Amino acid sequence: MGMIEAILLTVITAATPLVIASLGELVTERAGVLNLGVEGMMIMGAAIAFAATQMTGSPYVGVVAGIAGGALFSLLFGFLTLTLVANQVATGLALTILGLGVSGQIGEPYAGMSGVKLQPIAIPLLADIPFLGPLLFRQDLIFYLSIMLVIGINWFLFSSRAGLKLRAIGDNHASAHALGIHVIRTRYLAVMFGGACAGLAGAQLSLVYTPQWVETMSAGRGWIALALVVFASWRPWRVLAGGYLFGAVSISQLHAQAFGIGIPPQFLSSLPYVATVVVLILISHNRRVTLINTPASLGKPFVPDR
Amino acid sequence: MKKLLLALATSAALLGFSAAAGAQDKTKVCFIYVGSKTDGGYSEGHDRGRQELEQALGDKVETAFLENVPEGPDAERAIERMARSGCALVFTTSFGFMDATIKVAQKFPDVKFEHATGFKSSENVGTYNARFYEGRYIQGVIAAKVSKAGVAGYIASFPIPEVVMGINAFMLGAHSVNPDFKVKIVWANTWADPGKEADAAKALADQGVDILTQHTDSTAPMQVAAERGIKAFGQASDMIAAGPETQLTAIVDTWGAYYIKRTQAVIDGTWKPENIWDGLKDGILTMAPYTNMPDDVKKAAEEVEAKIRSGELHPFTGPVKKQDGSDWLAEGEVSDDGTLLGMNFYIAGIDDKLPQ
Amino acid sequence: MRIELEKRPRPSTLLSVLSPFLALALTVVAGGIMFALIGKNPVAALYSFFVEPLTDVWSLHEIAVKAAPLILIGAGLSVCYRSNNWNIGAEGQFIMGAIAGAIVPVVFHDWHSPLVLPLMLVFGMIGGALYAAIPAFLKAHMNTNEILTSLMLVYIAQLFLDWLVRGPWRSPDAYNFPVTRDFTPEAILPEMIASGRTNYGFAFAILAAVGLWFMMRYTLKGFEISVLGQSERAGRFAGFSSRRMIWFSMLLSGALAGLAGISEVSGVIGKLQPIISPGYGFTAIIVAFLGRLNPLGIIAAGLFLALTYVGGEAVQLTLNVSDKVTRVFQGLLLFFVLSCDTLIQYRVRLVLSGLGRSGQGEAH
Repeated sequence: MGMIEAILLTVITAATPLVIASLGELVTERAGVLNLGVEGMMIMGAAIAFAATQMTGSPYVGVVAGIAGGALFSLLFGFLTLTLVANQVATGLALTILGLGVSGQIGEPYAGMSGVKLQPIAIPLLADIPFLGPLLFRQDLIFYLSIMLVIGINWFLFSSRAGLKLRAIGDNHASAHALGIHVIRTRYLAVMFGGACAGLAGAQLSLVYTPQWVETMSAGRGWIALALVVFASWRPWRVLAGGYLFGAVSISQLHAQAFGIGIPPQFLSSLPYVATVVVLILISHNRRVTLINTPASLGKPFVPDR
Repeated sequence: MKKLLLALATSAALLGFSAAAGAQDKTKVCFIYVGSKTDGGYSEGHDRGRQELEQALGDKVETAFLENVPEGPDAERAIERMARSGCALVFTTSFGFMDATIKVAQKFPDVKFEHATGFKSSENVGTYNARFYEGRYIQGVIAAKVSKAGVAGYIASFPIPEVVMGINAFMLGAHSVNPDFKVKIVWANTWADPGKEADAAKALADQGVDILTQHTDSTAPMQVAAERGIKAFGQASDMIAAGPETQLTAIVDTWGAYYIKRTQAVIDGTWKPENIWDGLKDGILTMAPYTNMPDDVKKAAEEVEAKIRSGELHPFTGPVKKQDGSDWLAEGEVSDDGTLLGMNFYIAGIDDKLPQ
Repeated sequence: MRIELEKRPRPSTLLSVLSPFLALALTVVAGGIMFALIGKNPVAALYSFFVEPLTDVWSLHEIAVKAAPLILIGAGLSVCYRSNNWNIGAEGQFIMGAIAGAIVPVVFHDWHSPLVLPLMLVFGMIGGALYAAIPAFLKAHMNTNEILTSLMLVYIAQLFLDWLVRGPWRSPDAYNFPVTRDFTPEAILPEMIASGRTNYGFAFAILAAVGLWFMMRYTLKGFEISVLGQSERAGRFAGFSSRRMIWFSMLLSGALAGLAGISEVSGVIGKLQPIISPGYGFTAIIVAFLGRLNPLGIIAAGLFLALTYVGGEAVQLTLNVSDKVTRVFQGLLLFFVLSCDTLIQYRVRLVLSGLGRSGQGEAH
């Protein structure tokens, strides 16, 4: 395995949880709901996926449990913000506090255990392509899911009727409601989808990235995922690009250190954040394009008048 | 509402009093951790010590702890709460608690405090630390004997003297076997972020190291090493479960012996503030079994360990040059503890530049 | 069964007072069950959490110490959020304020003068404001989303502080540990009352919150903030510039976060070190919304949240529960508070399925 290939593999593993959680949040936000609890849902997914894997011995059960756990946990957010129209920003942050606490409780018996790693699945023929094969076609299930999610969500949002409705709700829930679209129901589904994705991202952390449970092992990745949605101006392909950019810069700085280039590690460590900001500045100069893609109802509560 | 509160207050007060009455003759020993007690690394090591203390002294002691206390403004409050809650002896287990410990100790002259890894003491504050560098030296010896590439990867947390001292000790050990042995160092800028530690481990493995050692908390680097089929050293805990065929040995924090000794001193009324820096011979750190290495390497490691225990060998013995080529220790000269505790330079033979 | 909301013609004053107490009652019930489930005495737990910290002068001080930065930052953020500027980087502005303020006692440590402290505070505010000026400039002139930029700048500030205290600002007499020199006595923000740790940072917090409350309620600026917050278009018709508002709100909240930072470093820690905040800048976001973006409400919310931290530690120590349990409890509490606030604006009705008017809603 060549060095470039090895580095890219590391980048893919580091970027995948960011991409997945970010895609989920993108759908949630496209429906007009701002859920800042990604970090909490992600760590819940990690704990539940790890616990389920240890109990059953199968990481696939873990993946399913992580997805389900994230979705169920996000329902709490949905109930508060959609049914009770509680403030979305505060509820999302509270969800993160709760998630860190509950996941710590769930994971405590499993701390220090070595987990079961989700094994790669080689796709016949494609896996044998030089260079690209090992990178893209000899990966684990969650990586394949991440790519399918990008393609699927892109199609859903921009080419399907349901996606059009979802975007309509995000842009103007009052008129969407007037057109007969189920605003609250759709938003519930979008929130749960976001939770499921965050849960899957968490499962990636505790089953692929580092098969173990450590309290707060998400280490702020949920926040990065949130930022990536903005970075991507709510477009799925840009989430993928943003996640990989962030991952690539993070990994390159480690390699730079191992080569011994003698720049303070704090500066190198700040590069992914700087890079994200700089690229965002470069791509957001066109105000119109940004506005078109920003869900106009984002974060605003909706109560159908009867 | 008021009535309810009143009822709550009285019943709880009663509870509190009865609990206090039962605990009269027990010595309360308290611990404050910077991480979670199940962090798999540093704080868990201290909590193991707390549990050993409970087992060893049984009915004579009662322990309590606060975990995940950030090293900022919250520390003083947490420590003062312990002093107020009847703790006779408080162990503040992280460097960042130093000033807060000293401040609270001034307010509570009757409570004894022990601060780990710091340098400030007072009439009722002692300090304690472990000579982890002894273990790192042994690891260096093993690394140089086992490595075929002649280069090890070192995942470091932050450039503080403790970590720099560890890197130097590791390299002194390695150079005692192979003077050309190299090390690649990556600063993760974190104590515990498994993902980042794994990324650092992968980066080092990709650059051709065949031995990994870490000064961060999680078992992620061990798992990466296992996956890549290279060898690694565990940190703070025995990490053999994460790499049954990977771990060569591990430096295991065994604070328990120390906690028992000092608590007993408080019970006996003989406690005095001391600046303690114990080593392998005192049991404050231990080496996990030497595994996954040829017998001759194992034997060499055991010999080095025995020499360190007996005091025959001090890892920081001259001749040692600093990285810039200047002389540090003359032939046979042993470094004083002050230089080690404030170490901010690399020894010769490390190519990396120390972040300043 | 469904839950339906009906908007009240006017927000209920009674419930806006009662809702926190209702939330507290619900938390007591839910929390009691939770503690009972993990085998701890619920009465003792709830007592340690909510009552014990209020019965002791010491812990009252500690609550004030903990609440001060939350209120100071939260009050500034409320202006941002009311005007639709999503500054979530107060944590970074807090750190940069602390660094800028610390220039005086660290770099000019031989300078002893009564001016040291006032200069530090001014520098702190400037530092925080300048750091907030980055996302403000990027939003106002480069059209760059401030949620991302302000958040990313937090991480950069943390790393910058880390580098400073390990590198150029490292104390010459701390055995190369990552701390700056201890601040000299004239660089320490004094305590307000002899009985405990509360320093003047708490006074700053209360003054700032009351001042902002006055501004929001009685001045044209306050009106401008609300109008622009509700609709940029309407604001433009009224002759208000949303660009100027970006600058105003971001600089203001940055300055207050910076003041919180230097107050904390000068009044509580006494030097710079790699970690100077347990996430105050993020917790203050919750405080801002718990206080319903009203600066006076933010005072109450800050004190209340501080109580949950101080009480959380009390429970950990008296009942030997892990900090995870107290965090779950804190999360539950926040959920109840947030959902009870719904009652202020809405009537809540339970509708049994089939009996409600479901299905018709769409025709409206």
